[in-house]
Parts: sequence; C-alpha cells; structure tokens
Amino acid sequence: MSSPSDSEPAGAPTGVIHDLGYRPYGGPRLGERAVARAFFVTGLRNTYGLGRSGRSKVLPFILLGVMLLPALILVGVLVQARNILGLNEQIVAYSTYPLTTQLLISVFVASQAPALISRDLRFRTITLYLARPMRRTTYVLVRLASLTVATFLLIGAPLLLMYVGGLLADLPVGRETGRFLGAIVGAALLAACLSGLAALVAALTVRRGLAVAAVIVVLLVSYTVVATIQGISGDAGRPAVGEVAGLFSPYTLVNGVQVFLFDSPAATNTPPSSDAMGLVYLLAVVLTVGGAIGGLLARYRTVHP
Amino acid sequence: MGVIETAGLTKSYPRVTALDHLDVTVGDGVTGLVGANGAGKSTLIKILLGLVPATSGTASVLGYDVATEGAEIRALVGYMPEHDCLPADVSASDLVVHLGQMSGLPYAAARERASDVLRHVGLAEERYRPMGGYSTGMKQRAKLAQALVHDPRLVLLDEPTNGLDPSSRDDMLALVRRIGSEFGIAVLVTSHLLGELERMSDHVVVLDSGRLLRSSATTDFLHATGSLLVEVQGRPDADRLLGQALVDAGLVARPAEGRMIEVEVRDDATPDVVRDLTVDLGLGLVRMQERHHRIEDVFRDGGAGSVQPV
Repeated sequence: MSSPSDSEPAGAPTGVIHDLGYRPYGGPRLGERAVARAFFVTGLRNTYGLGRSGRSKVLPFILLGVMLLPALILVGVLVQARNILGLNEQIVAYSTYPLTTQLLISVFVASQAPALISRDLRFRTITLYLARPMRRTTYVLVRLASLTVATFLLIGAPLLLMYVGGLLADLPVGRETGRFLGAIVGAALLAACLSGLAALVAALTVRRGLAVAAVIVVLLVSYTVVATIQGISGDAGRPAVGEVAGLFSPYTLVNGVQVFLFDSPAATNTPPSSDAMGLVYLLAVVLTVGGAIGGLLARYRTVHP
Repeated sequence: MGVIETAGLTKSYPRVTALDHLDVTVGDGVTGLVGANGAGKSTLIKILLGLVPATSGTASVLGYDVATEGAEIRALVGYMPEHDCLPADVSASDLVVHLGQMSGLPYAAARERASDVLRHVGLAEERYRPMGGYSTGMKQRAKLAQALVHDPRLVLLDEPTNGLDPSSRDDMLALVRRIGSEFGIAVLVTSHLLGELERMSDHVVVLDSGRLLRSSATTDFLHATGSLLVEVQGRPDADRLLGQALVDAGLVARPAEGRMIEVEVRDDATPDVVRDLTVDLGLGLVRMQERHHRIEDVFRDGGAGSVQPV
C-alpha cells in the first residue's frame, strides 16, 4: 500500500488551495432543545453587543460598569473602614440597590429590548427564523429569556460584588447569605417584570428609536409617579395609598415582594404592611410577567412570514 | 416520487383565491416557477414551508405532509425570501453561522458550513462586515448562503435575481444552475422573467391566477418548431426573391421578423433545397437556423386568463 504522499510527484507545489467543490453535510442535526439553547445564548450575547457591531457593545458595557461602580465603592468603604465607622451590615441594603440604580437599569432594558425584539421585525429577519424548524412560541419565549437573563446579570452583578465584599469584611456569613439570596430572587423577579414589559412595548413598536423612547417613558414615568405618591402618602400618614401605588412600578412592586417574602429592608416609604397586601404584590408580579408573555404571543401570532 | 407534490391545493383569502386546485409535481434539478405578480407563487412557497395553511387540498414536500409535518420540512428545506431580511448590524458570516445553528447544526459544523457556502456564493472578505453596508448583489448572495447553510435537500428561491445588475444576474443564474446540478440540491425558483428561467431551469411550471397553466421540461418549451429561419443578402429584395423561389419549388415559406424567411421543413433535403436556390439566385446565405419556441409563447398561445392545463 502506498501512502497518499507517494502518489504525488516529487516537488509538487505545497500550500495550494484546492476547490473541493460542494461538500454535503453528513453530521448530526440537533433537536429542538439544542436549537433553542443556541438561540438563547446568541440572544444573550447580542444583548451585550457581542456578535454585533463594535458600536453596539459600548452602551451595555458602560451601563454594566456604572452599575458596578457604586457597589465597588461601597465594598471598598466597608472593607477598609468597617471598624472605624462601626459598621455591622451592608451600607446600602441589597434590596435597595436596584432602586438606587433604577435609571441605569431602565436605560439598559430600554436600549436592549428593541435591539433584540424590534430588530427581527424591522429587518424582517423573523422570516428566516420562521422558515426554520423552531416554533413561533419557542422563538418568543427564548427571546424573552435572553433579555431577562441579560437584565438579571446587570442587576445581580453588583449584588454579588457587595456579597463577596461583605464576606471579606467579616460580616456574619449566614445572615449575609440569606439576605443575598433574597436579593437575587428579587433581581430575577425584577428582571422578568422589566424584560416582559420592555419586550412587549418593543414588539409593538417596529421603529427602534420609538421603541427605546416608549420603554423609557413606561419605566421611568411609572417609577417617578409611584415614588412621588409613596413619598406624599407616607408623609401625610396615609400609607395605604402608597401601598396601592407601589403596585404600578416594577421597581417598587418587586421591592415590596422582597419585603413581604424575605423581610428585606424596605426601600420605599410605604412597603406592603399586611400579608394580604403582600400577596397582592406577589400576584401583581405574576400577572405582569404572565400578561407580558401572553401579549407577546398574541402579537407574534399576527406576524406573517 | 416528486420532491414536491400538490393535489387540488387551494388557498382562498377573503377577497382573492391565491391558488385554485393546483396539481403540480416538482422533481430533482432546477424547476422554474413563473407567473405574473399575484399569480400565487409566493403563496405556494409559504404553503410548502408549512407557514400558511392551505384552504383545501394536500401538498407534500420530500414526502412530508405540509399540514402536519412543517417542522420536518423546514429542517430539510432552505428558503430565500424575496424581500429584504438581513439585520444591518450583523456580519454575513455571523448571521449565516447563527442560522445554521437554528437549523440544527452544532456550532463547529455551522461555522464550517457557513464558511463553505459563503465561498460558494462568492462573498469574500466582505462577509465580516455588517450587512447594512452591502450592495443589493451582496445581500442577495448572503440571503442565498443562509438558505444553503444547513445542506438542505430542497431550496425555495423567491425571485433571487431581483434588483441585480446584469453581471450579478448572470452570476446568480449560474449559481442557481450549479446548486441544482453540481450541489445535487433540488431547486424551486420563482421569477417573472422568462428568459432567466430558460437559462437556469430544467423544468418550468407556469402559474396563472393561481392555476396551473403548464408544467413541462424547459426543452419542451424550447423545442424546435419544425421550421427554418433563413437570412439572405445580395440584393435589396433578396428575401422576396428567395421566398418566391421556395414557394415555386413547392415549399411552404413566409416572411419572418426582420428580413428573414421562415421555411417549413418537409424532409431532410429541405436545407439543401434552400441552399441550392440561394446559389442559383446569386444571393449570399447569411444564416439558416432551426426556429425554437420561447417560454413567452405559452402565454401568447394560452393567453392570460384562458387556462389550458397541459
């Protein structure tokens, strides 16, 4: 038997590019789950601008950096000056942090939801997805999941930083872990509420600039109005009004749920004071997320390839 | 067994009937689907992909029923839409890899296939640039690449030459031919330009108002009509002189377009007779060729509206 190289004439040119012609694909073809997973990962990467143009990476990473900055400073102060200042717990509670940084989170969701959702509709790229095996429902749910997880990472990253800093500063491990886990659940709920609302608005608005503006308006205006009402009602001694108002912004809503479920420090003047109100808050979260999913599915049912 | 088979396929919208009891079979190779705008071409493609339900009738693609096995069909079929569908801020390379994964290829395989098909469609270095800056020709190539990335057994190409300049159009036609012959992938390609279909397809299906006007091999459309076109010169009335001489010799001859004469072929000797008469008259024989039909003749003979399924 001669090896392949024997058959070649001596001195044959090396490094020649051969046109192999068309090569059929004989490898494995993955099922629905693997396709959905790949779709999710690509969506998540795209939300941070990865796999998109260089310009698309700027805003998400700036926002992530600015989100982490206060946490980093707080941790620095905690670790360095704990004994001097006599600190025994986090300077800002985990559950309060997302409300303090709500502007950044809103801008992130408002800018990235259209990039992920409106884009496929505007460029009609959705046709290319619909012409593939993935089902419409899967498309919608996975897109929403990508956005939710991306938002969750944005909200959760500074919390993780604070938690690690807290442990370094020798805060009680058990108490910190409990609070941190409660805050992480809260971050997940907040990410789901914000992403659901933003995705729904983005899916209804094909033009990108319009979608960004619409999401910002919905999130910022609702928060400002709710925070104002809560402030006034708290001062005026009518907390019930503020408690009801808290249902109408994702930030105050999820904070209320954290107060109810995990007894976290309240970040608003008027957290839900009774179990009944707490249950209403919890129900409102479920309705928000469920409603957004239902609305999205209905919206995509009318999309024609 | 055909790649595509439809039986009594009908699609009615509230106001129009897009497809009307369509029975058509498409085999391997390149099949051209031709019809005026609104003839039902795009509707047919969407039904074949399982994206739009038919009102009545059945259709199967690669042996799968379009009504119940749409996902199986879409895994094995590539689709190039007529309209723009490329996101502006993604590179062709990234999009084709991603869509390969969406068709079920593992990541590594999707990368390799994407690089292969982008080379075949002729996108070189520009594949790494965002597609927002592409010319129409480059966009069409990228759209074709995404339809081929998962090595489908059938591709449905909706107006692939739309908006292309003549040289890009030639490239695209040659590419479609290669897909059908060299790549071994069945192709259903729509166009409203008959000349294009003549050049790239083995088989032509003609739709008119949602009905089948004709379906046969391209060669049948272009078969010889049994007459010769003769062009002579030498004198101002050369064509009339020869025509008269031919009639006198007992052949059927009539003036054709330009200054040519159409002679009906009686037997193998007819070309010799034409040649001899030309020489006898002292004229120069410029050309003598078989006359072929063109696909347009189907429309002219059938007439739009008067439907004669063949």
